[in-house]
Amino acid sequence: MDKTFNIILTGVGGQGIITLLQIIDEAAFIGGYEVRSSELHGLSQRGGSVEAHIRFGKKVFSPMVSNGKADLIIALEVLEGLRESVKAGKQTKLLINEYFLPLIGSLTKEEIVKQLEQPKDSPKKDFCFVPASETCKNKLQNEIVCTLFLLGYAVGNKLVPLKKEFVLRAVKNVIPQKYLDLNINAFELGHG
Amino acid sequence: MKKILLGNEAIVKAALASGVSFVSGYPGCPSAEIGDEFGKIAVNTGVYAEWSTNEKTALEAAIGASFSGLKSLVNMKSFGINVCSDSLLPLAYTGTKAPMVIVVADDPSGWSSAQSEQNSRAYAYLGHIPMLEPADPQECYDFTKLAFELSEKFNIPVILRTTTRVNHQKMPVEFTQDEGSGLRKIGTFSKNPHQFCTMPPRVLEMKAELLEKTEKIVAFAEKSSANKVFGSLASAKFGIITNGVAHLHTLEALDEMGLKVPVLKLGFFYPLAEKKIEKFITGLKKVLIVEELDGYLEKEVRAIAKDANPKLEIFGKNVLPEIGELNTEKIAGALSKALKVKIKDYFKIKNLKIELPRRTARLCEGCPYWHVFPVLKRIAPEGTIFGGDIGCNMIANLPPHSMDDYMFSMGAGLGISHGVKKSTNQKVISMMGDGTFFHSGIPALVNAVYNKSNPLVVILDNRITAMTGHQPNPGMGKTLMGEDTEELKIEEIAKACGVKNVKVLDPINMQDLENTVKEFLEKGEVSVIVCKRICALLAKRQSK
Repeated sequence: MDKTFNIILTGVGGQGIITLLQIIDEAAFIGGYEVRSSELHGLSQRGGSVEAHIRFGKKVFSPMVSNGKADLIIALEVLEGLRESVKAGKQTKLLINEYFLPLIGSLTKEEIVKQLEQPKDSPKKDFCFVPASETCKNKLQNEIVCTLFLLGYAVGNKLVPLKKEFVLRAVKNVIPQKYLDLNINAFELGHG
Repeated sequence: MKKILLGNEAIVKAALASGVSFVSGYPGCPSAEIGDEFGKIAVNTGVYAEWSTNEKTALEAAIGASFSGLKSLVNMKSFGINVCSDSLLPLAYTGTKAPMVIVVADDPSGWSSAQSEQNSRAYAYLGHIPMLEPADPQECYDFTKLAFELSEKFNIPVILRTTTRVNHQKMPVEFTQDEGSGLRKIGTFSKNPHQFCTMPPRVLEMKAELLEKTEKIVAFAEKSSANKVFGSLASAKFGIITNGVAHLHTLEALDEMGLKVPVLKLGFFYPLAEKKIEKFITGLKKVLIVEELDGYLEKEVRAIAKDANPKLEIFGKNVLPEIGELNTEKIAGALSKALKVKIKDYFKIKNLKIELPRRTARLCEGCPYWHVFPVLKRIAPEGTIFGGDIGCNMIANLPPHSMDDYMFSMGAGLGISHGVKKSTNQKVISMMGDGTFFHSGIPALVNAVYNKSNPLVVILDNRITAMTGHQPNPGMGKTLMGEDTEELKIEEIAKACGVKNVKVLDPINMQDLENTVKEFLEKGEVSVIVCKRICALLAKRQSK
């Protein structure tokens, strides 16, 4: 991989963005890349929009992804995915958890898809919806591990240049023993 | 060893490796993880760690430790330095005995609950206190160690000034794992009033000593590798001076634009390595100073250039914003203006603008405040003034509550409410959390009672300092190190402050709250209602 790989994670405070970031950071580190990431704590975590950035590759300077430079945006919530889509460039893929956290003035899925598809003078968005929360709720009785499902999906579908074995090692390094099986199961479910 | 660390974790590792044995602070974003981490490891490493009641008592505790021969670390968010400055300035005069490092974490762009976009660098000038600015977690580690060395060498407190993007940045960090001895270090206080008591006329001698010391630190800074040139200065006509995280964005922008430009990165904000700057700018035609917020460095460079290179064209705040944090795009824009080159479309994405409802912070599910805000809003007569304060209760300021009429700093809600009450005939209700009450609410309460005011004070006691990540406070009977301690009762303190009308209630009994608000609003003196119910997140965690 010659180019630095840029990921933006987005969602709502409390959805597990920081754990997801930790796993990706660790997997990139195991993969021998330079890695830097930037996260936010505090007020934004109390149910506000949260965005975190990860960059890895041969040489990484800034911990922040510039506008239009994301290779992958993982959104844990639909509206937040649409919100973040303004930062997408030509190469950006959007992986969106088909999950709604209600908000006054929020849009329906149909309206959101319409907005995402609208090319206007911007590049047409390359996006896919994955029912990560729903699947995890039904099959694992736990919604919070949707993050691992999405990561599994991204790795399985080669949306992120990280080897499965490195990611699994990273999961083991980051997740406490008690929750390890649950997290690995969610990852495998998404990976398919 | 090498491991991925958060900037704040790297500061903790470096403090341990430097032999810290006394840690005090007050939790705030983005510095809170420093104290939290010490709370977890204190017992095993032998370090003493506390959450103090506020930043002033935190600094003073560390001064006591330093005078007793213990290495100390003080941690706080930006506004903390305002609170402790009263003791910080004399500390520069007395100097430290054992080394002390003070971490002050600023928040450009106000990602946390910021009440101003404070640039704490100004305190370095105000106090003549050395200040280092790391750019990333590795430098958090290296500079914390350097700060301890500097403090030890010159017997002066050293400030490590960070920003959100440094504290909350992660990267693999090379560090030495220090487990500590596991034994609490005991110091000795050797009497030395000549050095530790600040009174005129001695204080003027002390100032002279401080200025003399500063000269020596300048010489140290000139040689330090914390001030470093990246790239080659040879035959360069254009150069960049950077500090903090903006340095990383600068390197990114240069790389992206394919430019080879020498960059002088200043790790020392104060004292400044003026000779190094002079050497850097002497042969240049143009220089760009990339710093976040106010252009302090730019002013310094302009002053140096007057003699060193009067024809030098200096770019800084004329091409970079003074408001908000910097990023690669903003710096690329500045570079294009300074160098008169066009930037690739790359940074100019023509993108669609989407109008979406803002998702702001809100009270958590089951939060006890859900019971308080609506009752106050409904019961208060029309035109009632609501004083807001810091912490989770500042969410009262956001929809759907939209209640606060003013919000300033810790404990300021009540301070201002008193002034409003004395100046008008309007009803005033002032809200405050338990953490804030202990931090700086008590003096405001005493002032209101003493000066015969009568706001209604509603203390939202959720049994913990919640907003910053659930830190213990004096109201809950636990210390940071998990020891049992006296559980201070807010209602008893209020009574001891002379408040006649005090009631403790569980806000889930909304009728009780309603009746009490109605009754207390008619009182001629200060009244206090303590709405006591545990934070929902904490309750959930405790039940696990």
